[in-house]
Amino acid sequence: MKGTDAIVVGASAGGVSALLTVFAALPADYAIALLCVLHLPDDRHSQLAEVFSRRLQRPVQEARDKESVVPGMIYVAGPGYHLSVERDRSLSLSQEDRVHFSRPSIDILFESAADAYGDGLVGVLLTGANEDGARGLARIKEHGGTTLIQDPHEAQVAVMPEAALALHRPDHILPLNGIGQLLAKLEPRAC
Amino acid sequence: MSIERNTDIEIRLLIEAIYLKYSYDFRDYSGASIKRRVLHAVRQFECATVSALQERVLHDPSVFMQLLQYLTIPVSEMFRDPGHFLALREEVVPHLKTWPSIKIWIAGCSTGEEVYSMAILLREEGLLERTIIYATDINPSSLEKAKQGIYSMQNMREYTENYQKAGGRRAFSDYYTAAYGNAIIDSSLRENVTFADHSLATDSVFSETQLISCRNVLIYFNKTLQDRAFGLFHDSLCHRGFLVLGSKETLDFSAYANRFDALVKPERIYRKS
Repeated sequence: MKGTDAIVVGASAGGVSALLTVFAALPADYAIALLCVLHLPDDRHSQLAEVFSRRLQRPVQEARDKESVVPGMIYVAGPGYHLSVERDRSLSLSQEDRVHFSRPSIDILFESAADAYGDGLVGVLLTGANEDGARGLARIKEHGGTTLIQDPHEAQVAVMPEAALALHRPDHILPLNGIGQLLAKLEPRAC
Repeated sequence: MSIERNTDIEIRLLIEAIYLKYSYDFRDYSGASIKRRVLHAVRQFECATVSALQERVLHDPSVFMQLLQYLTIPVSEMFRDPGHFLALREEVVPHLKTWPSIKIWIAGCSTGEEVYSMAILLREEGLLERTIIYATDINPSSLEKAKQGIYSMQNMREYTENYQKAGGRRAFSDYYTAAYGNAIIDSSLRENVTFADHSLATDSVFSETQLISCRNVLIYFNKTLQDRAFGLFHDSLCHRGFLVLGSKETLDFSAYANRFDALVKPERIYRKS
């Protein structure tokens, strides 16, 4: 089976607890990088990395411009800037227009990561109240990556997973604990 | 997959064509953002492919000027990140006051919001009369808007809030006249401002300066171009001159990391070592 280079995760309404559930399933020595966009009001956004880091007892940091992606690290997009992955697998920030009223946008992270990682990318779309992420997830699939969508029946808000399901057929539709278990078993791609 | 690969090749060719024909150099811009902006322009121009857009851009300079509006990102506001301006006022202004005359370079000034914010701060600190501000950008239409200093009234509530949080000493409305839904900025604020076309990618240093402000410009550059810009700033700044960046920009990953000291790191205020 092919290895995984990185995992991208998107969520909006209900996303904080959903992300915590998924990440809590990962072993302490997890060696794959995770990049997340979570829609939040700008003022709550700023403490997201700290909150996650404290709750999960593992390194979580706000993504910084021109930083190289490190395996095993969890990166969260900060407020007010889109987060992209470049071809050299460094991160970049930008202030282009909002996408689906959102900056950071899940589509922008997913689409750029699909270009950067191709079939080594796993995309995960969770609970949320708008359509951001649907197009990006489809792009990940087109580039040979693996896609997971939270079961809309379980999602706190089903709009986001349903929008993604309307656009493409994912590899897996799972509840949160199933997503956590699947991610925990992924192997990093050998260099 | 092959269509995708073609698109990447076409974007590279377009960027190269723009450089050869118009001397605007986007070759070392961050790739992900440039790709989105080119593809957005392709849709707006109703071209079938990037190559089709390239043909129009090469043969019609007016199409290039329109494309330039998509390739640059004129997102700005007055007193953006108020904490930054408060720190400038408290930590940098006392040093500026020790110099008999001051030159400030606002690199990538876009539509001028940063310029007028700086000018207001300097006037309140009694420094504007002995300061020359160079405000530069690569986009002529942005520079034209910056020179005019006319902004939508709709933004003034937010700017007023920013101004107050930034330690503003007066009523923000003292600095503009409202007319027809616009705020016309007090023209005396730009008496000592020189607006000029300058590219951090292709041009060189033009003056010695005491302070350089370059905010939310470098995030659009790759590391190579960022280092070129930091090199220009380093050469332009006088001994112990100040460099201020956008709230998400850092010298940390740059070759120039050791040639500047952080004065107020959270607000991205640095001093030449």
